[in-house]
Amino acid sequence: MKLVPDLLKKITDNEIWKSVFRHGYTDTPRNRALQIISNVWLHLHPAKVREHGTKLRFTWCMGGITFFIFLFETITGILLMFYYVPDVNRAYADIVDLMYVVPFGRFLRNSHRWGAHAMVITVSIHMFRVFLTGSYKPPRQFNWVVGVILLVLTFLLSFTGYLLPWDQLGYWAITVGTNMARATPFLGHEGPFAYILGMRADNDVRFALLGGTTIDAPALLRAYVWHCIAIPVIASALMMVHFWRVRKDGGISGPL
Amino acid sequence: MEVRQEKKGLVEFKDDKVFTWPTLVAKEFLAAIFVTVGLLFYSYFVDAPLRELSNPGQAENPAKAPWYFLGLQEALVYFDPWYAGVVLPSIIIIGLILIPYLDNNPKGNGYYTFKERKFAVSTFVFGYVFWYVLIYIGTALRGPFWAFFWPWEPWTHDFPTPAPMHDLPLPLGVILMGGFYVVGLALPALVKRDFFMKLGVIRYALTMGLLLTMVGTVIKMVFRLAFNVKYIIATPWINI
Repeated sequence: MKLVPDLLKKITDNEIWKSVFRHGYTDTPRNRALQIISNVWLHLHPAKVREHGTKLRFTWCMGGITFFIFLFETITGILLMFYYVPDVNRAYADIVDLMYVVPFGRFLRNSHRWGAHAMVITVSIHMFRVFLTGSYKPPRQFNWVVGVILLVLTFLLSFTGYLLPWDQLGYWAITVGTNMARATPFLGHEGPFAYILGMRADNDVRFALLGGTTIDAPALLRAYVWHCIAIPVIASALMMVHFWRVRKDGGISGPL
Repeated sequence: MEVRQEKKGLVEFKDDKVFTWPTLVAKEFLAAIFVTVGLLFYSYFVDAPLRELSNPGQAENPAKAPWYFLGLQEALVYFDPWYAGVVLPSIIIIGLILIPYLDNNPKGNGYYTFKERKFAVSTFVFGYVFWYVLIYIGTALRGPFWAFFWPWEPWTHDFPTPAPMHDLPLPLGVILMGGFYVVGLALPALVKRDFFMKLGVIRYALTMGLLLTMVGTVIKMVFRLAFNVKYIIATPWINI
């Protein structure tokens, strides 16, 4: 029966192990702290946290889950990019291939799609929780602002992805969505006071979004680039600020 | 161990900190596993929707935006697109961003409480719930031509013609809407003096302006449903 502990000691108490993890394996307070501090991924956390902040009934874990789904969507999204080309002549066929030809393609696409819906839900529940605990109050006001922008970016991430299958569902959903831009006061050609700035169908804010007067090849490419590159980069930058500010503003909120 | 001077004398504060590893990290890890398993499980059994190849010549009926925008699309029934699709969402975003700067109630920072911040919590919960009610109506209860169907009714193209709508006369509309904002801003300031004094003029005006806009949006919907009013204010340039 001494075999397992001996083996464990052999694996964890040597030069190679220490060179990877930078600290010992034995369960001591020092190693528990080092486990967080000396790990580039985990040191987002403080070595110690207030106990209520680890309780599910306080945080609902919704912020963390939202971030995790973002990572999940990044991985499934990258895999989908291997099979999908944002060209109006190919896009739909690529999705059909994913559904019927590519091994696990249907599973991959499904999980990306449902993950996107889940992320919209979890981020909005996270906002609800943060409001109910008054966690936007001083000194955390600005982090709430960052959070609101991240909420909007989550909507936009999901919205830009909606067009990519190039099917009737996405096409007409984006039609409805971007037609709103036509009605923007001053900036959309059907909006109030548009004549002041001389707005037409081919120079207003909707034209800028779609790269044309109708939803066609430029719109598909724009949706793709915003969806896969621009918005994820912006959202990642803001997430760094969001998490860093949680730490700098005194860690997870709690009763004083 | 932290000791803090309080009015009542010395109070000992317990150090309630725990090690992040493993207390928190283990939970995060478990949450990640549950979410992954849940998503994969769901994805195995339920297919993501995919309709026919897009066809600009054949509009979907009803054509619906993604579900999280259907509250705004539902608002299109009651408002022109410039308000429902552009100005209303902009006001919501700006209003959300302003919340921490408008709510200067020091209580309820970091714990659940309704008693200590009744106004803030009830206003936010009302807006949050209303957003999802509109989404539910737009998603589940709107059929072809955006006609209303109860959940137990089949979607058909054979629905009764909606009653004709009329605009309010312009002077009446201006008085109603102007009066709504003037009274809405003045009355609470006079009746609830301490509420006004605590917020100060600027915070009070912004808070009440946003609140009245939210309530006004709901009232306009009631006007439409109950009295078939198309516009409260109808002008050649802008309609509300």
